[in-house]
Amino acid sequence: MAEPIPSILDADALAAAERGQWRLVLRRFLRHRLAVASLVLFLLVIVFAFIGPLVWKWDHLLHREIPSLASPSADHPFGTTRAGNDVLAQVMRGTQQSLKVALTVAVLATGIGSVWGAVAGFYRGWIDTLMMRIVDVIFVIPFLAVAASLSGAVRGGVTWFHIAVILGLVGWMGTARVVRAMVLSVREQEFIEAARAVGASDPRIIFRHLVPNTTGVIIVAATLEVATAILAEAGLSFVGLGIQPPDTSLGLLISSATSAAFTRPWLFYFPGVFIIVICLTVNFIGDGLRDALDPRQTMVRR
Amino acid sequence: MSELAVPPVLSARNLVKHFPVRGRGMLRRKVGEVHAVCDVSLDIRAEETLALVGESGCGKSTTARLLLNLIRPTAGEVRYRGRDITRLSRRKMRPLRRDLQLVFQDPYASLDPRMTVFEIIAEPLRVHGQFPYGGREAVRELMATVGLDPEHRNRYPHEFSGGQRQRVGVARALALRPKVLILDEPVSALDVSIQAGVINLLEDLQEELGLAYLFVSHDLSVVRHIADRVAVMYLGKIVEVGDVGSVFEAPAHPYTQALLSAIPVPDPRRERRRRRVILAGDVPSAVEPPSGCRFRTRCPKFENELSTIRRRRCIDEVPELKYRYSGTEVACHYAAVSTVL
Repeated sequence: MAEPIPSILDADALAAAERGQWRLVLRRFLRHRLAVASLVLFLLVIVFAFIGPLVWKWDHLLHREIPSLASPSADHPFGTTRAGNDVLAQVMRGTQQSLKVALTVAVLATGIGSVWGAVAGFYRGWIDTLMMRIVDVIFVIPFLAVAASLSGAVRGGVTWFHIAVILGLVGWMGTARVVRAMVLSVREQEFIEAARAVGASDPRIIFRHLVPNTTGVIIVAATLEVATAILAEAGLSFVGLGIQPPDTSLGLLISSATSAAFTRPWLFYFPGVFIIVICLTVNFIGDGLRDALDPRQTMVRR
Repeated sequence: MSELAVPPVLSARNLVKHFPVRGRGMLRRKVGEVHAVCDVSLDIRAEETLALVGESGCGKSTTARLLLNLIRPTAGEVRYRGRDITRLSRRKMRPLRRDLQLVFQDPYASLDPRMTVFEIIAEPLRVHGQFPYGGREAVRELMATVGLDPEHRNRYPHEFSGGQRQRVGVARALALRPKVLILDEPVSALDVSIQAGVINLLEDLQEELGLAYLFVSHDLSVVRHIADRVAVMYLGKIVEVGDVGSVFEAPAHPYTQALLSAIPVPDPRRERRRRRVILAGDVPSAVEPPSGCRFRTRCPKFENELSTIRRRRCIDEVPELKYRYSGTEVACHYAAVSTVL
């Protein structure tokens, strides 16, 4: 009665049987060389940003002893600013603040966006229309205006957390649109009807079937969100609504150094390189994660 | 309708399902209706297999989904143990879902690619809150029952062959110990050699668990093998119902005869001598079905045998499904038994 189980799989099957799903995910991730390299680099950046300030002799604030506008040297590897800050210490602090903002925004925006999009796409009809028109409306309002009014309403000074929440609240629409589009196609597949046929509830269908089947686009959206958040934070700081001196962020460092890009490049390029490194590594990690979380991926090293 | 005294487990009465056809443009006005299922009545009795056959697009799958209340009928009712389920809310329907389960046609599309086989089979148990009470063992047993190695439970659907996936689908459908299993072309996506395995599995399960089957299929050889009774559908209507023997040996509806004459007979000499009923033309559009008898546009009898006066009746009057001097119930004004096999 039973068709013979292919014998090639048997040896392999016994080994694979008890292996947890997460170990499989990890194994697939480890095969993605670029992603692993990016993860290592990203962890180094995190160490640099969070542990660095504790061990480096200068902090990011002004110090009388620091010479003005010194080029990179052993004492100040990234040089110094006109006012007398150590740029290495500033970049450490800036990276830390930018990372905190970017990751919070990514989590928040992706969370709101994917739930919003999945719900709209799942129910379709007037619920979908209403929800997506709300998205359109939020899209048309310039985010700077929203962010300005919101950050103006924060009492007792704006911290990185306020910035992150504000950016998260105005930055989830793109994710919502992409997720909705994907859900519209996934919901027509037969396994969704199969879930209905066993009596699964709507939340179960949305969170156990639809969202997992859209992880690919959700992860891509989240990694893009990290990059956008860093830039948006820089924009906010530039117009005086974001993180303010004496505190600093990567965006703030760059925007205050734009005029000096050619004359005193260390002020501009060091924070710039960090932004690029963060954005790129997060993107590659996202790539690796997307492939690792897709059970259909073959285990081929790339 | 039934000649036996056994009350049906699941029965459909005058089911109608029309799907709206919407125009393009902003308003998406309704420009017509697809008459997918039109006045269908069926009875499924306990431990019996009723086969529903017909060509592609005749409304078989829609009927199956109507019976499970997965789509709402335009009119008519479905009774499960005497209770009309078509008007039940989803919440009230949920406990009944335990008894009525569906196996899908396409084992590639009907399993969530992101779930392990264990999760797929356990899902019905989780949904109905039975998983904490020995769910793990239940899944193991189910996998063993359908002939899958329980050691493979952490694998994903794409790691299985078509036949194995269909077994996963069957195991999932059996998880809640249903009374009625609706099989929507369960083997038509599988290779012939694998079909036999799944068919035998279904027969064994029916015997062991006392299931009632509605077996939707377009493969008449399979139907003859597995079914107790057969209902033949054409363009949303049932044209003939009866015991498998009567329908195959003495079909009275011209459409049934045409269908049966298309089954190959594994004997070249007999095959050459057989009378073949070849239907002309295509299935008419279900948006504007023909008046009277829906089959008349392709009916060889209408075309070749009937006089103009007698044809009038086919055009004006919808033939009723009833016994007409043959072993089966037939919806044809001029039904006559003819052996084609």
